[in-house]
Amino acid sequence: MSQAVTAGPRERRGGTGAVRFLLGKLGGAVASLFFVVVLGFLLFRMIPGDPVATMSREKPFDPVQLAQLRARLGVDKPVYRQFLDYLGGIVRGDLGTSYAYNRPVAGLVAERFWPTVLLTGTATVLAVALGLWLGVRAAWRRESFFDRTQTGIALTLWSVPQFWLGLLLLIAAHGAFPSGGMRSPDVAPGLVPRTLDLLWHLALPCLTLLAVMYAQYMLVMRASLLGEMNADYLTTARAKGLRDDLVRRRHAVPNALLPTVTLIFLQFGMVVSGTVTVEAVFSWPGLGYLTYQALRVPDLPLLQGVFVVLAGSVIVLNLVADVLYRILDPRVRAS
Amino acid sequence: MLGAVALTTSLATEARGQDAGKVLRVALVQEIDHLNPFLASFASSVMVGRMTWEYLTPAAAGDNTPSPALATSWRASGDRLTWTFSIRQGIKWSDGRPMTAKDIAYTYHRIMTDKVAQEANGTYVGNFDTVTAPDETTLVIKTRKPQASMTAIDIPVVPEHIWSKIAKADDPATDSLAVIGVGDGPFVITEYRPSQLVRLKANPDYWRGRPKIDELQFVSYTNADAAVNALRNGEVDVVNRLTPAQFESLRNSSGITTGKAIGRRYRDLLLNPGARNAGRQPIGDGNPALADVEFRRAIARAVDPQTLIDRVLGGYGQLGGGIVPAAFPLYHWEPGPGQRYTFDPVAANAELDRAGYPRGADGVRAGKDGKPLNLRLVGKSSEDFSQRAADYVVSWLRAAGIGVTRQLVSDNEVDERTSAGEYDLALSSWGTSPDPDYILAKQTCAALPAAGGSNSSSAFFCDPEFDSLYARESTDLDPARRADEVKQAQARYYDQVPSVVLDYDNALEAYRSDRFTGFPTQPSGNGAIMEQTGYWSFYGAIPASGQGGGTGGLPAGAWLGIGAGVVVLVAIGAVMATRRRKRDEDRE
Repeated sequence: MSQAVTAGPRERRGGTGAVRFLLGKLGGAVASLFFVVVLGFLLFRMIPGDPVATMSREKPFDPVQLAQLRARLGVDKPVYRQFLDYLGGIVRGDLGTSYAYNRPVAGLVAERFWPTVLLTGTATVLAVALGLWLGVRAAWRRESFFDRTQTGIALTLWSVPQFWLGLLLLIAAHGAFPSGGMRSPDVAPGLVPRTLDLLWHLALPCLTLLAVMYAQYMLVMRASLLGEMNADYLTTARAKGLRDDLVRRRHAVPNALLPTVTLIFLQFGMVVSGTVTVEAVFSWPGLGYLTYQALRVPDLPLLQGVFVVLAGSVIVLNLVADVLYRILDPRVRAS
Repeated sequence: MLGAVALTTSLATEARGQDAGKVLRVALVQEIDHLNPFLASFASSVMVGRMTWEYLTPAAAGDNTPSPALATSWRASGDRLTWTFSIRQGIKWSDGRPMTAKDIAYTYHRIMTDKVAQEANGTYVGNFDTVTAPDETTLVIKTRKPQASMTAIDIPVVPEHIWSKIAKADDPATDSLAVIGVGDGPFVITEYRPSQLVRLKANPDYWRGRPKIDELQFVSYTNADAAVNALRNGEVDVVNRLTPAQFESLRNSSGITTGKAIGRRYRDLLLNPGARNAGRQPIGDGNPALADVEFRRAIARAVDPQTLIDRVLGGYGQLGGGIVPAAFPLYHWEPGPGQRYTFDPVAANAELDRAGYPRGADGVRAGKDGKPLNLRLVGKSSEDFSQRAADYVVSWLRAAGIGVTRQLVSDNEVDERTSAGEYDLALSSWGTSPDPDYILAKQTCAALPAAGGSNSSSAFFCDPEFDSLYARESTDLDPARRADEVKQAQARYYDQVPSVVLDYDNALEAYRSDRFTGFPTQPSGNGAIMEQTGYWSFYGAIPASGQGGGTGGLPAGAWLGIGAGVVVLVAIGAVMATRRRKRDEDRE
């Protein structure tokens, strides 16, 4: 993204500059998307294993049916034909049909898209809030007891494997929280009980993700605030007689925020990709677990579809970030 | 705000308390692909389907033999090609319409004529010539060749008046309640949340009588540890597919009963007997020594399956014999005392010496081609059994003068290599069904793959004597004589050892016996509750006396969590309030 910033147009005339900037970014995004589509096809064909063999295992199949299955999956066609079919499908918005589920990939992905966004989105928002808050405080009181313990805790959690922490929380909760899933089988109708039930299910997986994620925001925030600590404008602010609290909040933090914003935008792109392990531990009906299942077949159309959707989301969100950055930071516009 | 939170949580609690009917919750640790019975292929989906669509002659709970259900009786014609089934009267679909022989004929005919509908159960009708329903209580099936397994047609029968309106059998709408919600089994599907939940209500008009529980729920978990945790916490009532470690951990929990069921899978050590394709051309790269039956027999004597059961499976397995597991007593074959390859390293070494595989200076034997014997052992790296059993096999064979290299690879690669004949030894396992035809057919020459990569033959076995036994068994309509032929075929397989059957893994299950009891197992006595060929266990489940199913409100810990949440909210509120006051004072 920083490259994007320096590569921005140098014109002063706001109108055409903005359009050219936007077109450039859009072109880049489309090119990346095409690359992703091609890569998605090639990448998963390197997985060893024959989907037909996996799917027909332990089921009575005669040779005629095997041939039928090959024809249904389209694996009897030459690879270049498969690629053209795949490209044609994507252009038409058709991601193909999953081998194992025998259902349109688009439907499968759509079904699991929002649970993943809900889980990782909530966790990311909380992680950003917690990380920034702790990071600011740690930097402000550098080398204090608070700083050292908080940095230590954050780094420890950052290095903990997600699935292990998740399982540990699951056992420690001892029935206080559900062992998995997103909704209870039986909840009273109505928005409020349903929302409470959802939050109840969300608590542990969200906590797991939060614990592992917040350290990066905290450490980046801490580092960039430390960079501002000796700046002259802070002395000025103090000389004006402002309370320490206000000096931090109104003067230091806004200036130290930019690197963190970059990180947040980058991470938001990853939100959709979810997290395979946390979803697997908490039986969260999201995309991550779907991908994991698909790898075992290997369910090529499903893998391609998920890959294209995930990579596409990252590209789109980065595009949004580039545009927002231009709005947020006056220096980007002026340069 | 505090009041609102308290009020809403108490509302939610009340809701949870209300389900304290007789709700049986079953944990599923495998995904569901479809509920549409023409497409449902995963084991979990088939299990759910068994609850809601009745079968012609399902395998009995007691001994897995065909039993009357939709059909009250059946007979074959003298030429063994025409089967006439008498269909039970008075069965109703859950929408009130009568179930007749026409529905059965429609279901089978649809599979015969609609390629899309063949996805799940196409093989069962492969030999059918015509299926007709001359009247509402008679079903006539004509086959092209005599077929002994005609009483094991494992196809869920669907209502014609619903499905005849559906042009495309794979229409996504076929997974909706309007279609799958109409059944004639003990339960009727009333809710389906993909990858989360399938809810079924007891069918009050079920022909055997209403189930004793009110509701059956299949709740999805993505890993067995979570399902075990849910069982402990009372969120579910039944779990299966447990590992020995999970099983041990549940054994002494109060309110939980564990079940070590006789297994329907066999594990074996494949010995590549010289893989060939359907055209009898050699394929793959198996070591030529393994084509020698004497060499294979010596290997069978050099390995000790009992040690694998005791040390690797924690005792949760039964010593292997024939390829039809002991869960099917009518067809299962056990080698006699003189026939069994008992573990005997000395005898194995002597046999190898005699068969012409002399030991070299380094202790490794040489093959007939003079090259040292080094075999590759392929196994699944993801599987605990393969990892640990491989070490044992390596050391046992080394003691017999045979070098072995472990090759633990991904599941997919194991499948790919074993079906292409690119292995010497491989650790494998197969699930079987009540009728032995399927697993025996996989060992015939006809099952050899047309091209590498289709794994219809499980061990590349091709033997004229076995084939003639199979041909007799598969067309013999006399049950006792057929059972005898099935056993003879297994004895031949055992004698020729294209694979060493190591064991039949126990199916490890656990359930909340403080909430439900009386699950009929299949087979009775030592069988499994889940993944039966039938609905017996959940149909026969009885709520434990004095206990309602379901959880009575949020557990204490949840209240603790909610309390903590409220405190945090209040604290944030207080901080915000003081901030706002300060901000007013601090205008720059």
